[in-house]
Amino acid sequence: MNAITGHGAAVHIIDCGKTFPDGTQALAPASLDIIAGETLVLLGPSGCGKTTMLRIIAGLETPDAGGRILFDDTDVTAIPIEQRHVGMVFQSYALFPNMTVAENIGYGLKIRGVGKADRAARIAEMVALTNIGGLENRRIDQLSGGQRQRVALARAVAVRPRVLLLDEPLTALDASLRDRLRSELNRLLRSLGITAIYVTHDQAEAMELGDRIVVMRKGAIAQIGTPRDVYFQPQNRFVAEFVGAANIVEGPIAQGRLSLPGGWLALSDAADAAAAVAMIRPETIGLVAEGGASLCGTVESVSFIGDRQRVIVTGAASKPLTIDAPNGINVEIGQRVGLSVASAAVRVLPKED
Amino acid sequence: MAGTARPRRRLCNCYLMPTQCLPATGAPTSAMSHRSFIWICLLPLVLVTVAFFVLPMAQLVAVGADGPRGAGAYLAILTEPRYRATLINTVLLATATTIATLMIATIAGLFLQRHRFPGRAVLIAMLTFPLAFPGVVVGFLIILLAGRQGLIGAITLALAGEKIVFAYSIFGLFLGYLYFSIPRVILTIMAAVQKLDRGLEEAARSLGASPWAVQRDVVLPALVPAFVASGAIAFATAMGAFGTAFTLATNIDVLPMLIYTEFTLAANFAISAALSIGLGVIAWAILALARSMTGGTVAAAG
Ligand SMILES: Nc1ncnc2c1ncn2[C@@H]1O[C@H](COP(=O)(O)OP(=O)(O)OP(=O)(O)O)[C@@H](O)[C@H]1O
Ligand SMILES: [Mg+2]
Repeated sequence: MNAITGHGAAVHIIDCGKTFPDGTQALAPASLDIIAGETLVLLGPSGCGKTTMLRIIAGLETPDAGGRILFDDTDVTAIPIEQRHVGMVFQSYALFPNMTVAENIGYGLKIRGVGKADRAARIAEMVALTNIGGLENRRIDQLSGGQRQRVALARAVAVRPRVLLLDEPLTALDASLRDRLRSELNRLLRSLGITAIYVTHDQAEAMELGDRIVVMRKGAIAQIGTPRDVYFQPQNRFVAEFVGAANIVEGPIAQGRLSLPGGWLALSDAADAAAAVAMIRPETIGLVAEGGASLCGTVESVSFIGDRQRVIVTGAASKPLTIDAPNGINVEIGQRVGLSVASAAVRVLPKED
Repeated sequence: MAGTARPRRRLCNCYLMPTQCLPATGAPTSAMSHRSFIWICLLPLVLVTVAFFVLPMAQLVAVGADGPRGAGAYLAILTEPRYRATLINTVLLATATTIATLMIATIAGLFLQRHRFPGRAVLIAMLTFPLAFPGVVVGFLIILLAGRQGLIGAITLALAGEKIVFAYSIFGLFLGYLYFSIPRVILTIMAAVQKLDRGLEEAARSLGASPWAVQRDVVLPALVPAFVASGAIAFATAMGAFGTAFTLATNIDVLPMLIYTEFTLAANFAISAALSIGLGVIAWAILALARSMTGGTVAAAG
């Protein structure tokens, strides 16, 4: 019997805002529906309210009056965290120092009155799942950071939560370990089929783990979409610049063309505007011969990064453009180059003040 | 627990040693002067230790064995019924004081550290006000409360027609020691509570633990070092406190009182010396036990 899969609940967040007693509005009232079984990532810079949102879903904070949280069709707004049946992984892991690894993993089961034999079986299952065999009887202070992270995850998942909540679970680890654990976590979340809400400020983490990403800014939702949506169709300049590298160019639009200091770019469809803002991803700009190109500039610098080279071109737009070019082509500093961009790759952004 | 805490201490030492033992950079002579500087600093400590600790203690041990019973005086404090009863009394009283203090101070400390309410600062100030009181004042307060003319006596007389007076009994002394210990222990517990990781409690709750279970499984275990540290000090204080006992004692036998009467009234130097050593050994053994139980973190937590 393997009952660790397919028990996630859908989560509905309805008009949940949060103003702290000291007057800080950490979250403007927002609504969000999380599909059962999906991994939703809350992405945003520090202080944008990600943790606050997660804690409201968990039941560690109550939303301002009018806000409601539903798990499937049950209103859980008034239910305290201990009865919401969620699993939580904290950034600090918050493992119990007075218990062994196995006791930590089994704690939620023990509290729920699961018998000793069932508990041991479940702990063994979790140990195998998170790859921490042999550490069962260790104390927490005898574990490495990566091992602690796995124990924290095993402990949260052991109780078969309806929703798994993770608050920057990888941030405390060093870069290479973070990359490895990220793909491990990804595999685990997929195999569990659990509803997971994952908080991070790292856009690479968000891209890899998220079925959908919620980009947050200053206590409000800036965009919700799949990683592809958010990357290729950012709805505003903040999302464009926060998710991945972006060139932001400005100029007037007339007859489907965006005029720039170094020429023009064709747009797939765009209304005329006296002053428009558009985004172009560095890897969507091709370097071509100057003759015949609609947009030209001068190479200012070339840095070889290995799998590609990063070329900075001035004169094309009012600000230097960053281009990720294939590592095989030969460009030199000072050279005049033409730039080709597919019209679909130029994303016109709404004007902001 | 002992196994986990020790390596950390050892690490600490490794970290400190090099800086202390490395000769100062520069001329080789400065290395010499550096070492002799340490010795010069050490000298006062050695002198003080010898003058005020080693010599009097040695003298005390010698006096204890110098009476009519010889070294048998040390045995007498255990075999002589009066001495033995007093010894047991004292240990029981100190144990009861420690347990009651810890229970009251833990509940109060947790509440005070976790809740913000008007008058909190005043309450904390009031609770810690008796810190500086000598035992005599504490005894005086107990007499005011439960003595022959005391408040409790007056109230019970008015209500039940019977005057309840317990200031001069062992219960009065117990109350006095409580009064004496609670402020100290509350402060230690409050400091420990402040350092608790709230995330641990939230994690326990997320796993389904009720508020009581959180206290039992997470909060109290984390406070154990503070319990041991402050409990050991409360115990030692209750074993040796004299002022309160002296102020109250008409019919209480506790060790410090016994030493006093043997010494000043009976001029029984040998027995009072032996009793003093006994008192010291018991209090010290309790402290040592407490230390070993928490792997030497007592000093750090206290
Ligand atoms: N208990 C509190 N009282 C008052 N303000 C708070 C409290 N907790 C958080 N805030 C404020 O609410 C805002 C959002 O905080 P939150 O912790 O949700 O941010 P975050 O997106 O998780 O940031 P980070 O990436 O740094 O963890 C911040 O401005 C923070 O200072
Ligand atoms: Mg946060």
